[in-house]
Amino acid sequence: MKRTWSIAKRVLKELFRDKRTLALMFLAPILILILMKVVFTSNSTTDVNIATVNVQSSLVKQIKKVDHIKVYKYSTQEKANKALKDQKVDGIVHYKNGNFYVKNANTDASKTAATKAALSASMVATNIKELKSTLTAMAAANPQAAAMMQSKSQKTPKIHNTYVYGDKDTSFFDKILPILMGFFVFFFVFLISGMALLKERTTGTLDRLLATPVRRSEIVFGYMISYGLLAIVQTLIIVLFTIYVLKVEVLGSLWNVVIVNVVLAMVALAFGILMSTFAKSEFQMMQFIPIIVIPQVFFSGIIPLDTMAHWVQNIAYILPLKYSGQATTDIVMSGSNLGQIMGPIGALLIFLVVLTILNVLGLKRYRKV
Amino acid sequence: MGNAIISMKNVVKKFGKETVLNHIDFDIPQGKIIGLIGPSGAGKSTIIKIILGMEKTQQGTATVFGKIMPNRQLLNRIGYMAQTDALYESLTAKENLQFYADMKGVSGQKANRQILHVAEVVELTNDLNKRVSGYSGGMKRRLSLAIAMLGDSEIFILDEPTVGIDPALRRQIWSELHKMRDEGKTLLVTTHVMDEAELVDDVALILGGKLIAYDTPANLKAEYNEDTVENVFLKVEDENEKNVVYR
Ligand SMILES: Nc1ncnc2c1ncn2[C@@H]1O[C@H](COP(=O)(O)OP(=O)(O)OP(=O)(O)O)[C@@H](O)[C@H]1O
Ligand SMILES: [Mg+2]
Repeated sequence: MKRTWSIAKRVLKELFRDKRTLALMFLAPILILILMKVVFTSNSTTDVNIATVNVQSSLVKQIKKVDHIKVYKYSTQEKANKALKDQKVDGIVHYKNGNFYVKNANTDASKTAATKAALSASMVATNIKELKSTLTAMAAANPQAAAMMQSKSQKTPKIHNTYVYGDKDTSFFDKILPILMGFFVFFFVFLISGMALLKERTTGTLDRLLATPVRRSEIVFGYMISYGLLAIVQTLIIVLFTIYVLKVEVLGSLWNVVIVNVVLAMVALAFGILMSTFAKSEFQMMQFIPIIVIPQVFFSGIIPLDTMAHWVQNIAYILPLKYSGQATTDIVMSGSNLGQIMGPIGALLIFLVVLTILNVLGLKRYRKV
Repeated sequence: MGNAIISMKNVVKKFGKETVLNHIDFDIPQGKIIGLIGPSGAGKSTIIKIILGMEKTQQGTATVFGKIMPNRQLLNRIGYMAQTDALYESLTAKENLQFYADMKGVSGQKANRQILHVAEVVELTNDLNKRVSGYSGGMKRRLSLAIAMLGDSEIFILDEPTVGIDPALRRQIWSELHKMRDEGKTLLVTTHVMDEAELVDDVALILGGKLIAYDTPANLKAEYNEDTVENVFLKVEDENEKNVVYR
């Protein structure tokens, strides 16, 4: 146990003295996140065209007042639908039987959000005007006013949203963020730990280390502790940055996000160590990136899996990033607790156990006991 | 020999098709310094790695303290210095020593005492807090030797410990090795420096993967009728080459 700690301490010391690698691990993800945020939300100021069908003119007027929103009145739902199909408008607001039916093209999540915001803001504004007249009545007779208020609130129109593509959660950045977080952790831990062990091998320190009474498992666990701690810090930085700077909402517990990512980091570490045994140089280690890392991006959920052929979907089950993506998405977007994401975490743990055993056995190549 | 502390029995080692060690047999008694000498590529480092259990043999066994290697626990009783310096360059010398002390299971006050002692032997006391990346080649060699001396080893296996070390310090290191021998430790040392071969108790002469001679320097000199071990070495090498030609 003491040796395990000592190895972990040594690995951390080496890492913290390598300022460039540290910067890569902690700053590069933030830089990429900022870039992605800018890229995927840059069109928020473009104009949004809304078609209205059968909407009272006071409300239409109110919507028109909103910046960057243009309103087109259509006489029938069919005509509005055609306009939506022809991409002349980005959404339709249809008033029917006292309710609003909103159909969003939803090809651009920011436009959908703008439509929703415009509609609800305008409704509040019109409601306030109506409230004023109610207040006048309230001055006349109290009990009657209360009754009126009640009947009014019962009649408040409901808004029903439908989407041509996706659903109400669709914001591309929001959607890929939880997956992206896992990707950063996986990528950097995989690469840096793989390189570290490769360096131990090529400089002879691994051989030298194995000439001491150290257990093979103590080496593997020492690496796990140090990279686990590193993953905690990295995940915290990424999560805190996305919450407080990029203002992305995390519905579930932040700590659950950290837990998932630490488990993922362990898997990445075990993967990195295993792969490093097949590499003879740093360059050969880099060659694993297109083989091990990139395919995981495709199957992690950034591209919707259900649009792929069935047999292709099955590939995802052997890729760790799929499970972490699933678990983190559930925590961030649906507020799942630990119990609800036990499935994906369990899958990650299976990966971890298998890879760790392989690593401990793999070190036998360098010392037979 | 009953009191052999290290012994090789009929060891054959091949790398691929190339036979590197060809039926090597010897016993090393406790409390001696044995010099393993032979030309480059003779198989000295390979012998050492087999004794430590780092390489597998095709035939035969190496035993240390009567137990067949590889054996992880026995490594605690062996101090090893590899031919190539394997140091953590971004750590200081002290941190390197501390780390290997931990690996050898030495801790606390005892570790600190030992670190200071071995640093003194190799004259690195004033450079202990310097990072190894800033060390010269000879300093790295000395640090490797210091690391090998940590712990409570009874056997020291040193692969060319004095390469790149200046004559004055080399003399000092040898007097330390003799002191260790006098305390009952056993040392197996490879060397290319022939006057160092005069300082050992027994010489094991390796040539082309074969043990050509195993005797005291004095006996060897008498047997080959030469006045230095170096000349014995050259003579043996010469004879061996003639054999190859006639074969
Ligand atoms: N890992 C290896 N793979 C293949 N061949 C090897 C390996 N290690 C050593 N050899 C071969 O075994 C032979 C003996 O090597 P060894 O390192 O034991 O020599 P040495 O006597 O220590 O030489 P030197 O004095 O130069 O250190 C050499 O011919 C070398 O090419
Ligand atoms: Mg050698």
